[in-house]
Amino acid sequence: MAAPDPEAPPTASARAKDKSPWNWLLFIPIVVPLVPAFFNGDSPRLFGFPRFYWLQLAYIILGVTTTTVVYQLTKRRGDR
Amino acid sequence: MWRDHLTEIIIFTLLFLLVSGMGFVAARWRAPKDMAHLDEWGLGGRNFGGWITWFLVGGDLYTAYTFVAVPALVFGAGAMGFFAVPYTIVIYPLVFLVLARLWSVSHRHGFVTPADFVRSRFDSPVLALVIAITGIVATMPYIALQLVGIESVLKAMGVTGESTLARHLPIIVAFAILAAYTYQSGLRAPALIAFVKDSLIYIVILVAIFYLPYKLGGWGDIFAAADAKFDASPAPGDGVLLNANNQLQYVTLALGSALALFLYPHSLTGVLASRNRDVIKRNMSALPAYSLLLGLIALLGYMAIAADVKPLPGASEGTVDNNTIVPLLFDQQFPSWFTGVAYAAIGIGALVPAAIMSIAAANLFTRNIYKEYLRRNATAAQEANVSKITSLVVKVGAVACIVFLDPQFSIDLQLIGGVIILQTLPAVALGIYTRWFHRGGLVAGWVAGMGLGMWMLYQISSPTRKHFAGSAFPLEKFGFDTQKTIYVGMVAVLVNLLVAALVTLVLRAARVAEGVDGTARDDYFADEGDPRVTPGTRTDAGAAPEPVA
Repeated sequence: MAAPDPEAPPTASARAKDKSPWNWLLFIPIVVPLVPAFFNGDSPRLFGFPRFYWLQLAYIILGVTTTTVVYQLTKRRGDR
Repeated sequence: MWRDHLTEIIIFTLLFLLVSGMGFVAARWRAPKDMAHLDEWGLGGRNFGGWITWFLVGGDLYTAYTFVAVPALVFGAGAMGFFAVPYTIVIYPLVFLVLARLWSVSHRHGFVTPADFVRSRFDSPVLALVIAITGIVATMPYIALQLVGIESVLKAMGVTGESTLARHLPIIVAFAILAAYTYQSGLRAPALIAFVKDSLIYIVILVAIFYLPYKLGGWGDIFAAADAKFDASPAPGDGVLLNANNQLQYVTLALGSALALFLYPHSLTGVLASRNRDVIKRNMSALPAYSLLLGLIALLGYMAIAADVKPLPGASEGTVDNNTIVPLLFDQQFPSWFTGVAYAAIGIGALVPAAIMSIAAANLFTRNIYKEYLRRNATAAQEANVSKITSLVVKVGAVACIVFLDPQFSIDLQLIGGVIILQTLPAVALGIYTRWFHRGGLVAGWVAGMGLGMWMLYQISSPTRKHFAGSAFPLEKFGFDTQKTIYVGMVAVLVNLLVAALVTLVLRAARVAEGVDGTARDDYFADEGDPRVTPGTRTDAGAAPEPVA
């Protein structure tokens, strides 16, 4: 690596305030997987999996999507 | 007999030797100019990017014991064992913001452990000591349990002996090698080995979830076999679905475990070793890939039922060791060379977390006991040296736990560990957001939470055991007219918070000194490149750009 550091260091120290209304979205994948009424049943089945199993595995996608969306929406945009 | 498992043993040994070699070479990977610093030995230079962090934290949180014990739980109790899935889903959104803030404040102030943070935030060496000891006590049995993971594999390969020494010799050798390369390479060793470990595990599990259902007649048949087993069993709590009485336990256990996970010092070690806030946030989206893996691994428990696997006998007469079902399932269903690969995945899977945990425990001792109470003006090199030696001591202790005590003791301790580490939540996790609590209140809350948690665990009995028979506390013992159970840790931490708040109000009314907050507001947002973020570019020697998760 010849050049010192390709990423220019952020100018001010404390620009990245992490307050954003989008952060509230994070509560969805915290609350939804903890409601047994949603997943504690057998039907409908998917590939032979009772709902209990496939739905809870599907919550992983819910979690990933939410954190990704929040990360993208709250990322520092340029120098403002 | 071990002779029947020769192919497996050879492949297991070869892969084990391969990663041991990597462990020693790791000292030169992204090597710093000067290794004699805790930021280097204990945090790998604080410079890990997205991929390394993903493998490191993933390899650290999802341990060999998890991979063996979760399917064992599903095999034994059914749906209840699946709590590991919601647990590892809610964790990431839960800590998404908290960890980024902790990273910032830790890098500005050079914190290595959660207790370092608490000491500075609440200006209280006593509270920091309490946090450090809680961390060490909670981590020790966790390390010992990694040995249980290796042992289940050795048992399945028939590598057992009559005398205590013969039975444990392979484990002692394995841990001696682990101790040697951790001593030399520090956090770089598990970081490098994690690549091999996780790749092996992903391969094994992907093969298992496609190949085994095909051999066992499809998922429908697998769930039907499990259903039939639980219908026939007399135990009230088991089944393919939850019943009315264990739903509360399921939810509180998942949430409580999630709250506890990042309070364990070893999970924070991986987080603090990352390069910047973005690495952490991106990893919160990428780490759930391991949760999917864990969910599929959990279902191996049902496959074992469908394949009619009978667990090997346990340590004491008349008991069975459910932890052997996954190794036995592999042995029964896979060709022996692939079983060897699968066993190596579990065995190596134990080494990564064991190394990180011993480093984390050693860092706690060095920073919050040695430097605080024994040698205040220790140099960076002395700190690194003490940590290296402590990591050896910790591992010897873990091996001694397994060799001289009933493994059940370590399992009990780990159960307790989850409850006690949760008692650091108000100081560490809430402390990141607020300094409202008084340091005296936090200590009082910790005492209350610990006391209540221990009492509740002691009260829990089962048909085979009088005390410490799990973490599901029957609410009728509190005088409620119900069969419902609840996770002990959750109740204990709520009482902890309540007491902390009340005592805070009292101490504030009595104008007891609160100390000075060593951190400033904008410390919590600082990121890579900030001139005051330590250690800056001191270690840029091997910091080549790399792909990100």
